[in-house]
Amino acid sequence: MEKKRNMQSKELICTACPIGCRLTVFQDEKSENWFRVEGNSCKRGINYAIAEMTDPRRILTSTVKVTNSHYKRLPVRTREAIPKHLIFSCMNEINRIEVITPVRMGDILIDNIASSGIPLIASRNLE
Amino acid sequence: MLNYELVVIGGGPAGLAAAIEARKNGVQNILVLERDLELGGILQQCIHNGFGLHIFKEELTGPEYAQRFINELLEMDIEYKTDTMVLDISEIKTITAVNKQDGLIQISANAIILAMGCRERTRGAIRIPGTRPAGVFTAGTAQRFINIEGYMVGRRIVILGSGDIGLIMARRLTLEGAKVLAVAELMPYSSGLTRNIVQCLHDYDIPLLLSHTVTDIRGKDRVTGVTISKVDQNLKPIPGSEKEYQCDTLLLSVGLIPENELSLQANIKLDPRTGGPIVNESMETSVEGIFACGNVVHVHDLVDYVTEEAQKAGAGAADYIFEEITEKIPAVPIVPQEGVNYIIPQNIRIDNLNGFLDLMLRVTSVYRNAKICVRADEKTIKEVKRPHLSPGEMERVRLNSNIMKTIRPKTISLYIDGEKTQYAI
Ligand SMILES: Cc1cc2nc3c(=O)[nH]c(=O)nc-3n(C[C@H](O)[C@H](O)[C@H](O)COP(=O)(O)OP(=O)(O)OC[C@H]3O[C@@H](n4cnc5c(N)ncnc54)[C@H](O)[C@@H]3O)c2cc1C
Ligand code: SF4
Repeated sequence: MEKKRNMQSKELICTACPIGCRLTVFQDEKSENWFRVEGNSCKRGINYAIAEMTDPRRILTSTVKVTNSHYKRLPVRTREAIPKHLIFSCMNEINRIEVITPVRMGDILIDNIASSGIPLIASRNLE
Repeated sequence: MLNYELVVIGGGPAGLAAAIEARKNGVQNILVLERDLELGGILQQCIHNGFGLHIFKEELTGPEYAQRFINELLEMDIEYKTDTMVLDISEIKTITAVNKQDGLIQISANAIILAMGCRERTRGAIRIPGTRPAGVFTAGTAQRFINIEGYMVGRRIVILGSGDIGLIMARRLTLEGAKVLAVAELMPYSSGLTRNIVQCLHDYDIPLLLSHTVTDIRGKDRVTGVTISKVDQNLKPIPGSEKEYQCDTLLLSVGLIPENELSLQANIKLDPRTGGPIVNESMETSVEGIFACGNVVHVHDLVDYVTEEAQKAGAGAADYIFEEITEKIPAVPIVPQEGVNYIIPQNIRIDNLNGFLDLMLRVTSVYRNAKICVRADEKTIKEVKRPHLSPGEMERVRLNSNIMKTIRPKTISLYIDGEKTQYAI
């Protein structure tokens, strides 16, 4: 007899290429990766879906205040993608700091933002 | 009067790449003119990532992408003037510009590259009824206020138009603590990249209302609310479908128009489909020795393609200066047919081709399982399969110059063969 399975599912749009396949991801203990993916046209869609279900990440970009320049804002980014759920904690830290010029593109402004293990860096030179 | 071999008008990604490429091709005497205080163009305010995937194989932010080209320009010691506005260019390639240091300057050039970019369509261009209170911005103006001036535009926001700049701003405003109530899009599909719809709207639960438009703006001094209505198949608002939104800000992301006042002064012919100059295989306009590239020619969605097009213009201008292109020979027109909105270049002089010829095009509607077909005179000579085509995404077809030189067609045309769909995200 078939055991009743937890058929929780989620709809996603794959962004790994511009086609944008509509994916449905089912939780499924029997599958190799605990997830079963439908609607993908290629293998990258499966990887995308699993990453989105288990550890979705995004690069966060914003600006920070500059104190001593005729520029008012310095554009910044996380060097790598951070876990999606940390986005607003990162924004809190970003909004608290001010930088003093000169700054070089790639300079580290926060070592380990929101305890993500990832640094926040400057994304341009500012004199 | 100053004298240069090459003058580039506009110091955005197009102008920078064109000047660098011309130098690499041996042009010594180059001047770049930029009206803004610094080089980099609109990229300096596009602080989000997603630039450079094609060219650098990594995801850069707008300022990072610009910085790489600015560094290269500086290393090559290419001359430039910022805070300098070009007022006029003539058919005989005399440029009039003005800045605080030099006052009014006249420059004569052997060749000119136009790289003035584009500007945003405003409310006047789309005619929304209602009052004219403060709090209505184009999305790009809001982007500049927030990312460069450090000034927040509002707290409760409605965005009209789902172009990429609107989508990017929906996320940016949300990150800065504003509430984006909705993005309304007139068409049944978004013109923005799928990736932006997912990462800018879905990630933050911002509703995208397709087939909707703003039908009223309320407020005396500042916006207090807008009305959004559903539209029918003819894009007309459906009575009874109105819904009120209380907001203090309305952003318009309703399209970009190439910036071509200067081109018109020089009597350069424009293509009504693109709003930009008609160009040939070397990115040369209808006026000999005046080239163009980037958003001034047609609105690009990926800056990588702007760079490639600019390199072509830079190399073309160098060839012109060194008299390596044949000018006075008939050009073969490249004609958009069924399903194709426009093609760049609009014509080619086959004897000037070498290597590959890249055609950039936009389609007229959304297609699935389609083919982009190239016809030389009556014969279809190439078919490129595309599982998905959308007016929001520029397509590229590569032709082999040797084949063109062998068949020497009188006209080339492009058409789409495939199923039209009206799908919505
Ligand atoms: C608001 C906005 C946001 C955008 N966001 C994105 C995005 O997120 N991602 C993306 O890929 N693309 C984006 N684009 C498209 C983007 O413009 C192109 O990818 C790219 O920047 C085009 O490069 P360009 O050099 O042709 O134009 P621009 O970057 O616009 O550069 C043109 C330059 O010419 C200068 N100029 C114009 N007229 C004169 C004159 N008379 N005299 C002297 N200088 C002059 C301008 O000041 C400007 O610096 C955006 C466009 C706009 C308008
Ligand atoms: S599943 Fe494959 S084809 Fe479909 S969007 Fe993702 S990467 Fe593209």
